[in-house]
Amino acid sequence: MNNILNIASSRILKGIATEELDLYGAELKTEIQKKFSRSLFIREVDTGSCGACESEIISAGNPVYDIQRFGVDFVASPRHADALLVTGPVSLNMATALKRTYEAMPSPKFVITAGDCALDGGPFKGSYYVEGGAGRIIPVDLHIPGCPPKPLDLMLAILSAVKNLNNKKA
Amino acid sequence: MQYPEFLKLLFEKTGIQERAIRENGNEIYIAATAGNFRELCLLLHTGFSSPVMLYFAEDNIELRGAYTLYCGFLGKKIKKWIFAVLDIPKESSSFPGISKDVVSAQLFEREIKEMFGLTPAGSPDTRRLRLHDEIWPEGFYPLRKEFIGPVARQSTGKEYIFDRIEGEGVFEVPVGPVHAGIIGPGHFRFSVAGEPIINLELRLGFAHRGAEKLFEGKPAADALRLAECVAGDAAFAHSLAFSLAVEKAAGLEVNEETGINRALCLELERLYNHAGSIGGMAVDVAFSYPSALAAIIKENILRLNERLCKHRYLKGVNGIGCCELIKDKEAGRYFRENLGKIEEDIKLMKKILYSSVSFMDRVDTTGIVHKKTAEDFGVTGLAARAAGIDLDLRSIFPGVYKNTSFEMIKSEKGDALSRLNVRFGEAEVSLRVLGELINKIALNGQICGPVTVKKAGSGLGFAEGWRGPVIYWVNLNKNGVIERCKIVDASFNNWQALALCAPGNIIPDFPVCNKSFDLSYAGGDL
Repeated sequence: MNNILNIASSRILKGIATEELDLYGAELKTEIQKKFSRSLFIREVDTGSCGACESEIISAGNPVYDIQRFGVDFVASPRHADALLVTGPVSLNMATALKRTYEAMPSPKFVITAGDCALDGGPFKGSYYVEGGAGRIIPVDLHIPGCPPKPLDLMLAILSAVKNLNNKKA
Repeated sequence: MQYPEFLKLLFEKTGIQERAIRENGNEIYIAATAGNFRELCLLLHTGFSSPVMLYFAEDNIELRGAYTLYCGFLGKKIKKWIFAVLDIPKESSSFPGISKDVVSAQLFEREIKEMFGLTPAGSPDTRRLRLHDEIWPEGFYPLRKEFIGPVARQSTGKEYIFDRIEGEGVFEVPVGPVHAGIIGPGHFRFSVAGEPIINLELRLGFAHRGAEKLFEGKPAADALRLAECVAGDAAFAHSLAFSLAVEKAAGLEVNEETGINRALCLELERLYNHAGSIGGMAVDVAFSYPSALAAIIKENILRLNERLCKHRYLKGVNGIGCCELIKDKEAGRYFRENLGKIEEDIKLMKKILYSSVSFMDRVDTTGIVHKKTAEDFGVTGLAARAAGIDLDLRSIFPGVYKNTSFEMIKSEKGDALSRLNVRFGEAEVSLRVLGELINKIALNGQICGPVTVKKAGSGLGFAEGWRGPVIYWVNLNKNGVIERCKIVDASFNNWQALALCAPGNIIPDFPVCNKSFDLSYAGGDL
């Protein structure tokens, strides 16, 4: 079972974004340590996304990016979360669920939206069955554009959101 | 059944005459009356041993004062799609439903009912499907042309009725719509006594975005970008099926190079998703080593996608009449080199999983879908093949696959292990086919741009996506603008298979069952 090390050395280390990743990763880790003393817990909610955003958020946690090593964790319950990450244009059926998830989080909390749909509905803007963005239901602190945003974009956005925290609360 | 034999039966049994039959390439449309629609559908269903593959209505009130109903079946042997067509006059608010006899029609009839306000007479399930009673008032039918949405959200006052299992010690476990993982929204209602699940019912529609309505009024090229967002992890299959439908409607032929490029993208999409699904099954039994490996494999394929198509999820690469990849020498080398690595990694992952007794114990005989059940409920794609059903659009309509070593992978038992076996088998076939296709590309090198469609017509487009068939039926007006677009993702009917396979299993095995199908919330909910 020493194979995984072989795979790691032959595949993931010469990735496209390795240098940037380590650079921003270190910064992210320092910032999170500063603001949260330990780590940042994020709860993700899909409000009718096509699934590509979810796939990229999951990718951010794969062994290549491994966002967990910088102190970011995705948690199963809003009760445990510091931040909410919302994807999708907010289908009418999901509006209440989104609001309740937000309300279930302890304060202080912040909200990030990911992907073009979550900003204003994106390609689904104007549909009879979408609210057209998470901002119509809950307060949003930061948006990450993209269809879908890549793992590194997600990481940079989380970094910038964490950096902004003090400015907002101070 | 062969076609002449079918025609003979058709004329005898239903009294339908030859002039009621219209052909459009591999599509056959048979006009029925309210009197013989049911009989015709039954004949198609049993004669071609096909479930209802797609079933929808179209608003033709302005054109001829009627809603038109299309109920489509697949003639595997004759390689044709056969539709029973029925005009429902404006004054009539119901039509003869078939779901009492043809179970695979049930979800489609519920869909038609809420989208058009047409009641399928005799249908056993009259509940709403996607427009939830809690927020959508009565009397608003989105796919009617005259539709104007309600001013405010409003409950109908009705409660969604779940099947209720009662008895000593029986309790319900509601899950969702917000799930614990990073995944789409849906509601699962388990009835449990002790550990085993007695009943599972799914309530979906949480990801409903009104996709079909949004297609209407859009030029084909714009609508193509929307098709890519119907199900993002099957973006290419949706894009391909849509573009094929438009090309069929407009009478557009694409060159072989385009066909090869498209097959290449379709197989890449299958490969990264199969790797992801297999990894997901490992995650669900807390087997982290192969799941990490699967994640690396998936990431490598996503990067390959980006190198060839400028997009990790293959969005934007397909066009109407074209599909252009980046084909410099360097890309070709990168592709071959990585394909080799991916193949090695997948082999290793298979070895690790299959040599773990505890993993095999979790998947073997878990979540069985029997062949008969799968046939009745119109289960398609990988889930159907794992239950022993011969159904792969790539072998029925081979196209560029004809000159490759493509073969359909099948298993018999219909459990999670069978689905895993089929997944691994298909990944191997995809790798092989990709290697063969990339060699063909190197030989040619024509470039063609997207075509603007300005022609009226209707057509069916389909692709065997990684979950199963993705089917689009479009009707264009004379400006090439979409009048009606019907979408069927394999997830739509296959969600039922998940509900049906659960009873008898324990709740902790449910995630394994779920991931063994790996269906799309967005693709099913539209």
